[in-house]
Amino acid sequence: MTALDVAGTVRHIRHQLAVRRRLVTLALLALLALTFAAALYLGDYYVPPGEVVRSLLSPFTGLVDKGIDFIVLNVRLPRATLAVLTGMSLALSGIIFQTLLRNPLASPDIIGISHGASASAVFCIIALGLSGIAVSLGALLGAILTALLIYALSWRDGVTAYRVVLIGIGMAAIMSAVMSYLFTRARLFEVQQALGWLVGSLNASGSDDIAVMAGALALLLPATALLARALDAMQLGDDTATALGARVEAVRLGLMVVGVANAAFATAAVGPVTFVAFVAGPIARNLLAGSGRGFAQAAIVGALVMLGSDLVAQHALPKVQLPVGVVTGVFGAGFLLWLLVVSNRAGKVN
Amino acid sequence: MTVDHQLLAAGMDLGYGDRKVVEDLNLTIPAGKLTVIVGANACGKSTVLRGLARLLAPTRGAVYLDGKPIHQMPTREVATILGVLPQSPIAPDAIVVADLVGRGRYPHQGWFRRWTAEDDAAVAEALRATDTLDIADRPVDELSGGQRQRVWIAMALAQQTDLLLLDEPTTFLDINHQVEVLDLLTDLVRHKGRTVVVVLHDLNLACRYADHIVAMKAGRLVAEGRPAKVMTEAVVADVFGMASRVVIDPVSDTPMIVPIGRHHVGAGVMT
Repeated sequence: MTALDVAGTVRHIRHQLAVRRRLVTLALLALLALTFAAALYLGDYYVPPGEVVRSLLSPFTGLVDKGIDFIVLNVRLPRATLAVLTGMSLALSGIIFQTLLRNPLASPDIIGISHGASASAVFCIIALGLSGIAVSLGALLGAILTALLIYALSWRDGVTAYRVVLIGIGMAAIMSAVMSYLFTRARLFEVQQALGWLVGSLNASGSDDIAVMAGALALLLPATALLARALDAMQLGDDTATALGARVEAVRLGLMVVGVANAAFATAAVGPVTFVAFVAGPIARNLLAGSGRGFAQAAIVGALVMLGSDLVAQHALPKVQLPVGVVTGVFGAGFLLWLLVVSNRAGKVN
Repeated sequence: MTVDHQLLAAGMDLGYGDRKVVEDLNLTIPAGKLTVIVGANACGKSTVLRGLARLLAPTRGAVYLDGKPIHQMPTREVATILGVLPQSPIAPDAIVVADLVGRGRYPHQGWFRRWTAEDDAAVAEALRATDTLDIADRPVDELSGGQRQRVWIAMALAQQTDLLLLDEPTTFLDINHQVEVLDLLTDLVRHKGRTVVVVLHDLNLACRYADHIVAMKAGRLVAEGRPAKVMTEAVVADVFGMASRVVIDPVSDTPMIVPIGRHHVGAGVMT
C-alpha cells in the first residue's frame, strides 16, 4: 500500500465515525422535535394541530384566538421550553462529571450536588419562610457551596475520581440528614411546600425561569464546547494528557465549574429532578458506540428524557398530574439497576 | 533532517509526597541517539522518565529542554517537540484504533484548527510503522495486549515529535514484537534523526539496541555510556544484586548478560 492509500484508509474510518455521529444526532433531534410537538398538542383541552401552528405563528401573522393562544403560548410552550433547557443542562452536568471522574456513578444527582441544592432550598422554605425565586437562589447557592466542599475535602495533592465519588456520596447522605432534621422542625404546610419542590416539577414554569436558564446556557454551552475539546487528550489519563500538551488541572477545574453551574441552575429552576443527569451521558455514548465524545448528543437525550417524562407525568394517569421527578425517578432507578447488573457481570461499566 | 533538541536534567530530585524516589540526578540525553534506562524494580527509572517528560515536577533541580526549564515552558509547545508514552494510558470505552492514534495529533491542533490531510497522513504513517493498519477500524477494547501496546506506540508516533520518551513499551509483547518495536525505534533514530529514550526491563535487548545505556540503582545513576563499555559483571552485580557472566551477543556483538542463580549452574562456574 502506498502512503496515499493508507491515508485514505484513515480518512475513510474517520468518515464512517462522523457519519454515525451525525446520524445519531439527527435521529435524536428528530425525536426531540416530535416530542416537543406532542407537548404542544397534548393536553386536557383539545387544540387541533392546525390551531397549534396558527397559535405559534400568531405573533407574526396577527391571527389571534385568545383562549387557545393562552393554552398553547402561555401554558404548554413555556413548560416544554423549560423542560428542554433544564434537561440539556442536567445532562451536560452529568456527562461532564462522568467523563472527568471516569465513573458513570459520578453524576451530580448521586455525588451530592443536587442534595446540597435541595437541603439549601428546604432550609429557605422551612427556616427562612421564603418562596419563589428566593428558593431558587438558595438552591443555586447550596449547589455551589456543596461542590466546593466536596472538592476541598477530596483534595490531597490533587483530586482523584475515587475520592470525589466517595466523599460525594457521603455528602449526599449528610444533606439528606439535614433535610430530615429540618422536616422534623417544620409545620405541615411548609413540609408540603418543601416536598413539592423536592420532587422536581415543571408545573410552575414561568418566563423568569426560562430567561434565567436561557441566559445561563448561553454562557455555559460555549464554555463547555471549548473545554470539552481538551477531553480528547484527558480521556487517555492525566499523564498522557499532559504529554499531549493539555493543561490538565486548569481544564478539569474549568469543566467542574461549568458542570456545577449547569446542575445548580437547572435544579434552581425545576427542583432536583433526579436521574436525568445520570442517564443522559451513558445513553448517548451507547448510541454513538465510540464515534464521539457525546456531549451534544447527551444534551439532546437529556432534553428528550425531561420532556418525555413530563408528558408521561401529565398524561399517563387520567385525572392525575404527577410531578416530572416521579417519572424520571422510576425510569432512572430502573436504569441504575440495569447498570449495576451489567457492570457486575462484565467487571466494568460500558 | 530534524533539529537536534537537547534534553537534560540538572541536580534533579523527584518524589511523591514526602517519599524521595530520585536524588541529585544529572543526565544529558544524547541527541539523535537511542538511550535506554535500566535498573531493578522500584529503582526510579520510570520516575526519571516522568521527570524528563515534565509529567512530574522536580522537588529540587530542573529539567531543561533546549536550555529552557521545561516546567516553565507552555505545555503545548513542549508537546510538539517531546512525545511521551506513559506506563498505563487509559483507552476510552469503545474507541476505535484510528481515533485513538489520532489523539496523538492533539498538540498540533489549535482551538479552532480542524482535522487536516496532514493529520490523516501522520496517523497513517504511525499505523503503518507499528503494523496496526489492518486493525485500524477495530475497537481498542477488543484487541490483544500486544496489539493494544502497538496502538499506543502508534499514538505517540502520530505526535511526530523529535524527542520520544517511552516507559516500557515492550511490556505485554512477545519476543517477536519486542524486537519489532525496538527495530522501529532504531529506524526513527537512524533514518529520521529522532532522539528516543526508553525504559526497558530486558537487559540483553537493552544492550543490543541502546546507543547509550543508563543504569540506575535506588534513585541514583550508577553508570552510563555505550553498553559495551558500561555493562560489566561488576555493574550488573551492583545494579541488580545478581552474579552473572557477560558474554558477547553472537548476533549483535554487544554485551549479553547471562544470569547466575542458585540452581542450574554448571560445576565449573565460579560465582
